[in-house]
Amino acid sequence: MKKKPSFFARFYMAFIMLFLYAPIFVLIVFSFNSTRSRTVWTGFSFQWYQRLFSDGTILDAFYTTLIIAALAAVISTVLGTFAAIGFYNMRSRWRTPLTQINNIPMMNADIVTGVSLSLLFISIGSLLRFRLGFGTLLIAHIVFCVPYVVLAIMPKLRQIDRNLVDAACDLGCTWMKAFWKVIIPEIRPGIINGMIIAFTLSIDDFVISYFTAGGNIMTLPMQIFSMTRRRVSPEINALSTILFLSVLTLLIIINVRDIKQEEKLKKRHAALNN
Amino acid sequence: MPKELIRLSNCAMAFDGEDVLKNINLYFNDKEFLTLLGPSGCGKTTTLRIIGGFLKPISGDVYFDGVRINDVPPHKRAVNTIFQKYALFPHLNVFENIAFGLKLQRQNGKKLSKTEISSRVFEMLDIVSLKGFEKRDVTSLSGGQQQRVAIARALVNRPKVLLLDEPLGALDMRLRKDMQIELKRIQQTTGITFIYVTHDQEEALAMSDTIVVMESGEIQQIGTPEEIYNEPKNAFVADFIGESNILDGVMHSDGLVEIFGRKFKCLDGGFKPMELVDVVIRPEDIDIVDVSQGMLKGTVTGITFRGVLYDIIVDFHGFKWLIQTTDLCPVGSKIGIKIDPDGIHIMHKSQFSGMFGDYSSFSDEYDEISDVAYEFEPEEAEGNYEA
Repeated sequence: MKKKPSFFARFYMAFIMLFLYAPIFVLIVFSFNSTRSRTVWTGFSFQWYQRLFSDGTILDAFYTTLIIAALAAVISTVLGTFAAIGFYNMRSRWRTPLTQINNIPMMNADIVTGVSLSLLFISIGSLLRFRLGFGTLLIAHIVFCVPYVVLAIMPKLRQIDRNLVDAACDLGCTWMKAFWKVIIPEIRPGIINGMIIAFTLSIDDFVISYFTAGGNIMTLPMQIFSMTRRRVSPEINALSTILFLSVLTLLIIINVRDIKQEEKLKKRHAALNN
Repeated sequence: MPKELIRLSNCAMAFDGEDVLKNINLYFNDKEFLTLLGPSGCGKTTTLRIIGGFLKPISGDVYFDGVRINDVPPHKRAVNTIFQKYALFPHLNVFENIAFGLKLQRQNGKKLSKTEISSRVFEMLDIVSLKGFEKRDVTSLSGGQQQRVAIARALVNRPKVLLLDEPLGALDMRLRKDMQIELKRIQQTTGITFIYVTHDQEEALAMSDTIVVMESGEIQQIGTPEEIYNEPKNAFVADFIGESNILDGVMHSDGLVEIFGRKFKCLDGGFKPMELVDVVIRPEDIDIVDVSQGMLKGTVTGITFRGVLYDIIVDFHGFKWLIQTTDLCPVGSKIGIKIDPDGIHIMHKSQFSGMFGDYSSFSDEYDEISDVAYEFEPEEAEGNYEA
């Protein structure tokens, strides 16, 4: 039987939620404030949003972010899918250490990744005559997204009955056909989740972008940062709100998909056992 | 005269330096129901996967209809497989699962027409009694229904040979018995050669035309179910198929064997004079008589009620026999036994001599425990799956 949570437990929970979300709540509320005041509520208005969408540099940053995120998501998903399948087909002696190595970049401090990528790009760039810019920014985003894609796909691969590929070959598929007709459909939920995660991470990233974008282009998080350095404008509140809501939406999509797939899997197991 | 369809010639297989098949020579006749029978890790699934093309033997050749097919990949072989746990495609419905192979087929470079595909699928659904299920999600089906889809998916391609890898392992006992009859019926109506892998001896006896008993990568015996049961070649086969008391004996001359210092008449011959042999006596071939009239005298040490029969354990000179009888013999009572000559089977000594056939422990119970283990562990020892 479930016990009713005690008063203390509820209070503690409420406190934690408040602690986590109050700042964001304040930010969202003040993005609709009618004056510049950051302390007094003076009335509801959309003016900061309007200004945001008429500001050319912000719109540029917005497009850059979207294009980088979309490209990074697609490319890192393709790379990550093949990497995951490679890991899966390895002997376990190799698979275990290599998947661990795959996990290291995720735990590594962003600033270390950012600085090291920046150094790498500059040193190679001086040899091959290219500069930090869109290309290096995109490569950097792909690099930090791939491990997450691998991580999203591996569990799906592990759930595949190994006989499925044999069964497809048995029924007339070459290995490549079996790959497209059986493996890909089976891990598709993982691939899509991986892509959404990569997209989210790319939109979200500031530190690594800051070191690898060079001076000529900016992503939204970089734009927000540079705006705060000049003067704190309520436009930042509006921009941050949009960023927060879009990331939140993506996270909710990922979680809902996860829950749905788990239910499907449970049903599948139940069916096999009766 | 039956026609030979598949031949394995000196086939050997090893995984990570460990031999799992040692020089297998075996042929399969057209239209026969052949069972590869043996305990987990005996090499039966490996043999099946070599025929299916999923494994290449490290030495030896595989022939199909006289043509060497070692290098022919699975999708070009005229065999189809029913896998352990069915391996249905979860993202496809029943119709699409069954049509999977047909959609890949080419006749004179042309795809099969939609109408032909659907008429063949519906014909199959009829054969496996799944009419009306075509739109269903395979994951919503019960184990027995999934099994039928797997059968239909394989048979719809009209293979010459169907390979079945423990197909009934995941079903409960009653459904298993129904499916045994069903499979046998399908095999007879379609006239397709079935090569069936199982560790369940009852299943093998009930369904097969020919049984191949395997152990430690070698063929122990090939024969009809009756031959395998009545004339096992060695102690392993005698013990694995049914219950057996296996005793040390000395063959005096044709038709005369000595067990525990007593001479018994038997029907076997062809042994050297005074050759040491293994003697098999099935528990149901032993008659219980009064102590004074018994060929051997012993004490009952255990009794188990089995429904129709009692299993009793009787101690003769320190060796525990299993006897199946309808008479109630209480523990501790002295009994005599009588064995007819046709109840005694003589075997040459083998590497398995002395390993089986004494009932000091209730090997029944051990058998059941190990049976359970077979069902849940795919034969990882054979290296088909990676840990």
